[in-house]
Amino acid sequence: MSSSRRDFLKTGGSAALVVSFALPLAAPKRAEAALSNRFNPNAYLRITPDNRITVVCGSAEMGQGVLTAIPMLVAEELDADWALVSVEQAPVDQAYNNPMFGMQATGGSTTVRGQWTPMREAGATARAMLVAAAAETWGVDAATLRTERSQVFGPGGKKLSYGALVAAAARQKAPAKPALKASKDFKILGKPTRRLDSAAKINGTAQFGIDARVDGMLVAVMARAPIAGAKPKAMNEAKARAVKGVRKIISIDSGVAVLADGYWAAKQGRDALAVQWDLGAHADLSAAKVHELLVSGANQAEAVARDEGNVKDAAANAAKTLSAEYEVPYLAHACMEPLNCTAWVKGDEVTIWAGTQSQGPAQGILAQIGAVTPAKVKINTLLLGGGFGRRFAPDFTIDATLLSKLSGSPVKLIYSREDDMAAGFYRPASLVRFEGALNEQGQPTLLRAAVASPSIMAASGFMQIPENGVDAMAVEGLADQPYEIANQRIVYGRAEPGPQVWFWRSVGHSQNAFFIESFVDELAHAAKADPLNFRLGLLAKHPRLRGVLELAAAKAGWGKPAPKGVHRGIAVAESFGSYVAEVAEVSVAKDGTPKVHRVVAAVDCGQTVNPQTIARQIESAIVYGLSAALYGKITHKDGRVEQSNFHDYPVLRMSEMPKVEVHIVPSMEAPGGIGEPGTPPIAPAVMNAIFAATGVRVRKLPLETAALAKA
Amino acid sequence: MIFTLTVNGKPASLDADPEMPLLWALREDLQLTGTKFGCGMALCGACTVHLDGQPVRACSTPLSAAAGKKVTTIEGVGSSKTGRAVQLAWLKLDVPQCGYCQSGQIMSACALLGSKARPSDADIDAAMSGNICRCGTYNQVRAAIHDASAALTKGA
Repeated sequence: MSSSRRDFLKTGGSAALVVSFALPLAAPKRAEAALSNRFNPNAYLRITPDNRITVVCGSAEMGQGVLTAIPMLVAEELDADWALVSVEQAPVDQAYNNPMFGMQATGGSTTVRGQWTPMREAGATARAMLVAAAAETWGVDAATLRTERSQVFGPGGKKLSYGALVAAAARQKAPAKPALKASKDFKILGKPTRRLDSAAKINGTAQFGIDARVDGMLVAVMARAPIAGAKPKAMNEAKARAVKGVRKIISIDSGVAVLADGYWAAKQGRDALAVQWDLGAHADLSAAKVHELLVSGANQAEAVARDEGNVKDAAANAAKTLSAEYEVPYLAHACMEPLNCTAWVKGDEVTIWAGTQSQGPAQGILAQIGAVTPAKVKINTLLLGGGFGRRFAPDFTIDATLLSKLSGSPVKLIYSREDDMAAGFYRPASLVRFEGALNEQGQPTLLRAAVASPSIMAASGFMQIPENGVDAMAVEGLADQPYEIANQRIVYGRAEPGPQVWFWRSVGHSQNAFFIESFVDELAHAAKADPLNFRLGLLAKHPRLRGVLELAAAKAGWGKPAPKGVHRGIAVAESFGSYVAEVAEVSVAKDGTPKVHRVVAAVDCGQTVNPQTIARQIESAIVYGLSAALYGKITHKDGRVEQSNFHDYPVLRMSEMPKVEVHIVPSMEAPGGIGEPGTPPIAPAVMNAIFAATGVRVRKLPLETAALAKA
Repeated sequence: MIFTLTVNGKPASLDADPEMPLLWALREDLQLTGTKFGCGMALCGACTVHLDGQPVRACSTPLSAAAGKKVTTIEGVGSSKTGRAVQLAWLKLDVPQCGYCQSGQIMSACALLGSKARPSDADIDAAMSGNICRCGTYNQVRAAIHDASAALTKGA
């Protein structure tokens, strides 16, 4: 047993109830391949004699609220006194695998979806054991007992607190399949609940990855390769070494690191290196070349993602046809906390302190880097100052571990903002060419789309493009677009301009909802139909999409006059198991500058855990998508990224923030994801509103305001 | 060079490069990690602290410019009436999401309320637009500033 495991089970020298069981694994074979065979079972909660309940959360907290949602799931079935519940971050261990991934990782808006049942079962198991302990203590039938607010109540006014029962409960046999509550009996789930991590984030004590400190550590700043494949050809090491505080200069695959006593010295040293690069195969990469490759990818697209009806006949018989080309750029995640990782390779042990979304995969990867067994890799997950998918990537944990191994010291690697911006792992650039047709009645009879983009699946390192040649993420939200049109053909053409691509909040939906929801708006306009009614008429088999459209429209006052100069646009998308419609209210100034005044969102995410988090995450996702739609682009010139910091990669600020209303559809369906589904509809809702305001159809993001200026 | 300054009411002495930003002196030398590194160019506000009561971006304030002055960080701001009220409003409205920008948001909000007891929405836009939040907590930040303002001016 490792010391961490002992510490984990040790609870201040007193008896504790520790509930253990194995979680079902969605993909156990893959998980076993990627992970260690560390000893199970593991604990999801512990209760101490002082009545305190500690829930152990295996998911990473990046603002999306898992450090509150997971304890709520456990506490509900435990009948816990919520005021006595606290949470701590789990170590890396298969017991904390994400059931939807088969590995310990946080992404894809999966935490609540995956843990809805397992974490409730963890709470219910503990409750059953506490009840059994009370029954044994009192010599009564367990069936006669009830629980409430961390106490067991028995006949004749008997009661015992959970804390008083821990020793006896620890001797009870865990039920094989604990009974779970009916939703109508929930006391905690579905109620707006304050975050458990707020106080620390308000008084400066919250520990993010960048706050890790290990005695004797050096701080590393790297001259990173400007683009994949670039190699250093010259540098001024002497000048870097002359910087006071610089200790070591180490070259690794991804670039040259300067290790120093602190960040400032390391950064001065890195800048002094003035590395000159041989940019390699991508030396001529430019925005124009990216566009050309996407166009040619769309021209040659032949991997079939969807083929229904007869698109040729539909085109020939159409009363009206439309075609349009849409395009979006690469995007950086630009998390508030620049990427960083602290690592210590000490003997046969690798320890990291990091805000990472992928502890499980990291354990396997870092074991290889450190040449140790996976069981010897310890991962301390600290808070993430934003994740958005970027912290699923392994670049920063790998490089920190390599630098510790090569230097023999604990190393904290910090990316400057400029390093973070240029480091790749971007949302793919994408281009789509649409054809649509309407019949005499204005009904759409045809939808063709050829989409071109780089492949996230191929870039991921843990997925492969399937045999049909379609990158699932490049077409998600498009190939499965919900509008009931008889003849459809959606094809994919892979285009690989070079930059490393990656998951970005809502992944393929982030661009594909913009594409399809804008083009459907074009079809509605061509049919002289109201954009809302046009959509509703094509969604007969999609009641949940209709439900959110109708709710958002009603709450926004769709069809009623908007304030003077303000115009409305609407869009809807299903992603990550949830359904979101958004109505944007926008005005456009004479110089073309848009102002988004209000966004009204409706979300159907099934049964809810924490409605406060749902509202905040939808609002958050709207802001994230709005920043991208209005400003976001990563472009290249002569092989290098042109953007570097928040002056040339602007994001939404306070003065631009719209009012946001979030309305939740009451539902008894299974829970859906909530971290991402708010992002896809915002760009098309805003651009559709801009069309309503100006008659200009925006087909390329980010918005170019000059095109909207009144002559 | 040796610099002395007062941080959260306590004297501090540092031997460091005069050009080194105050941010790194706070975070690394004094281990006050509540002040965050976000951009290094005074573009995002995550590193906002008070220097003799005025909000400054610690990432772009050389240590030499802080010498002999009073620095207040998120760890110390709660000892003032305004700071306490702002932190309580933040807690009441449960403002943070990832939380990384919140130290800077709070320090900017305290400075705003120090200069204007009852800020309008336009005042908040002007004072807070230098603080980026990628989680999009702006509406909650705005509400918390109004809430703190109301608490501080009650009966005034």
